[in-house]
Amino acid sequence: MTRLVMTGRQELVLNHAILVVFAVIAVFPLVAVVAQAFQLPGFDLSTFREAWREGHFATYMRNSLIVTAATVAAATVLSIMAGYALGVLAPRGSGVLFLLFLAGLTIPTEAVVIPLYFDLRSLNLDNTYAGVILPQIAQSVAFGTFWMRAYFRACPRSLIEAARMDGASSWTTLWRVLVPMGGPAILTMVLLTSMWTWNEFLLPLVILNSDEGLRTAPLGLSFFQGAHQTDYAQLMAGALIIAAPIVAVYVFLQRRFIAGMLSGAIKE
Amino acid sequence: MTPAKDDSRSGRPPGEPRSIGWLYVLPALLVYAAFLLWPLVRGFWFSLYEWDGISTGTWAGLSNYTKTLTDPSLRGAFGHALILIVFYAVIPCLIAFVLVGAVSRTRIRGLAFFRTVLFLPQVVAMVAVAVAWQWVYSPDGPVNSVLRGLHRLGLPDWSRGWLGDFTFALPAVGLIGTWVEIGLAMVLFLAGVQKIPRELYEAARIDGAGPVREFLAVTLPGLRRELAVALTLTVAAALRNFDLIFVTTKGGPGEETKVPAYEVYNRAFNTGEVGLACAIGITLAALIFLLTAGISRLAEGRGA
Repeated sequence: MTRLVMTGRQELVLNHAILVVFAVIAVFPLVAVVAQAFQLPGFDLSTFREAWREGHFATYMRNSLIVTAATVAAATVLSIMAGYALGVLAPRGSGVLFLLFLAGLTIPTEAVVIPLYFDLRSLNLDNTYAGVILPQIAQSVAFGTFWMRAYFRACPRSLIEAARMDGASSWTTLWRVLVPMGGPAILTMVLLTSMWTWNEFLLPLVILNSDEGLRTAPLGLSFFQGAHQTDYAQLMAGALIIAAPIVAVYVFLQRRFIAGMLSGAIKE
Repeated sequence: MTPAKDDSRSGRPPGEPRSIGWLYVLPALLVYAAFLLWPLVRGFWFSLYEWDGISTGTWAGLSNYTKTLTDPSLRGAFGHALILIVFYAVIPCLIAFVLVGAVSRTRIRGLAFFRTVLFLPQVVAMVAVAVAWQWVYSPDGPVNSVLRGLHRLGLPDWSRGWLGDFTFALPAVGLIGTWVEIGLAMVLFLAGVQKIPRELYEAARIDGAGPVREFLAVTLPGLRRELAVALTLTVAAALRNFDLIFVTTKGGPGEETKVPAYEVYNRAFNTGEVGLACAIGITLAALIFLLTAGISRLAEGRGA
């Protein structure tokens, strides 16, 4: 058996070299995109202005903001209530309900988007905000219930008991005691569902098929690409525009993003 | 009305029946059932019909599923999905293992920075990633510029339109997946390595183990749980890659990059085979469910 033994110094240099090589591979496309969009090494914002105007990104970003805000607000309230019920109140059948919500985490959009299209169309909900918001609330609630249930289960039992002794109803205990304490858990959930909703592509592509004025940001970028096949500077500017809001939040709260996304896959 | 013995365990104030919990779940359950579970049921229902989306459908039994599994073009799509699993899941995990193996023995400066950068592709909209890579692979893009530079140094000319090339389009798309998922695996394994007790490494070193043996004996077994999580997330990503294919290749050239996620859309809206599209969607959902369940079983099965 060959044994690979190196001196500490050689190993240190080699390890850093491996890391640097992969960091360069990871960063290279990002740097290339930024350089292309800003026309580096000069610095020119005209590409951005042009892309912003020609790609109608003001409209698309506004639409994405409306869809994301409505989806996340509704999903957050519903998830908090459902997670509280399954984690604390535990009515009969809550075990089965939990599994039902858990199953939602593995349902891909691809499996539901076609029936959603035909059924929403017959309800005249295609090409409306509601048509993309309601299905995304459903997807977010699957994760949110799973996430909030875990938080409520981890809350100290004594705290809930104390609130009960003080005569607080279950409703008061939830909103006055447990939710104010759950800021970090709720924030992580809001960040993740915002990201998923902002980045969603297939659902808006199918549901918002004819009303250009409702297109979300990723949808707008894909149509912008169709119209500007080889104007790569503008395309890169467009890509940066639609990625910017989430990336900006990520830079400040990256620990929460990482912890949340990785825990989503861990069953208890 | 309700059994009294549970009172102390449930956090329910006196005077409220146990079933009050249902009122709290109900709003979430209604939206979830109406807009996720019901469409899934409807999708299954549609998949039993031959329907073009306009005229009246005809009952087709399971023939759409037979077609999903036997039609050469669709079998090709599922075959491509398996190849993409290698690019999205297997290669990133292997590379991340090498990287983590490298750093587990030494203290690395700027690890937090590496972490943030490596994980960044996970939060960027896939459409933006795809648009960016389409340029990176384009005839005059960065990849070909580098290859032409190498050509000038005497190497053969490897430059080409990668995403339009019959041989290289699928690996080119796959490498985008590799690039996206490396960071995820890396961040998971880095966190896992820090939880492995230092004494195990010290013991291995006292036994005279080199980096390779140390990795196999200490690092790898210590990361089994993280490996399962990484595989679950990356395998699912490999199968749910509609955005990337739609933006970069639309399944082309020819049928070289067709995948089930794209075929769901393609069959429903381009070729008017709605029933078949739904059958592909349901099959894809089942495949994702089985693979992720299988992976977590594997992780728990061996002496967790």
